Amino acid sequence: MSLLHTVNKSPFESNTLDACLNLAKSGSTVLLIEDGVYAATSGNAVADKIKNTSGINFCVLGPDAQARGIEGKLAEGIKVVDYEGFVDLVAEHDAVQAWL
Amino acid sequence: MKFALQINEGPYQHQAADSAIQFTKAALAKGHEIFRVFFYHDGVNNATRLAIPPQDDRNITQEWVKLQKEHNLDLVVCIAAAQRRGLIDEDEMNRQGKDANNISEGFRISGLGQLIEAGIEADRLIVFGA
Repeated sequence: MSLLHTVNKSPFESNTLDACLNLAKSGSTVLLIEDGVYAATSGNAVADKIKNTSGINFCVLGPDAQARGIEGKLAEGIKVVDYEGFVDLVAEHDAVQAWL
Repeated sequence: MKFALQINEGPYQHQAADSAIQFTKAALAKGHEIFRVFFYHDGVNNATRLAIPPQDDRNITQEWVKLQKEHNLDLVVCIAAAQRRGLIDEDEMNRQGKDANNISEGFRISGLGQLIEAGIEADRLIVFGA
């Protein structure tokens, strides 16, 4: 069973991304939305943690990254999706877990 | 595919209500069905018809109403969460002896059973929250 995890808080404000990564299983996807997109910026400790987490696909919601002016600073290996891509991710996984 | 949404955050509070609207639009555009949108906790504030956002700002309640009309969406407001926050429809106004009601057209007030049913009937339940 594959899960889509959504994380909507900045990792510099909340530990929901950590909580998610501690429990997410290989083959699942983590989608960073809203303030969660800050985790996708390169050059910080969180980016290293994402880079060193194997077996999990990382995606970031493009419109939310653009709204925060970080679309040019995204770390490598993180796929950018739009809302249609968000819908596709929901359909492709068995269930969605929102980390609020 | 059948989607159900749960919204736990009010309009203009942060971003969850906006995210949910954008997701709903994208899902409908891709041919998916929105089985139900359940407004819970502070999310019930999305249903007030008395909000007057600035004219150059988005009107979140009206966006829901428009989507509801175009796609016959089932927009359900949790009754317990709504009553705590002063969101009532005409029936509740009369039953509780209040002097006003404020639920917008397009929304209906019901209970948590509607959320459970949505979780069972829909293929996916997506939560947008605070």
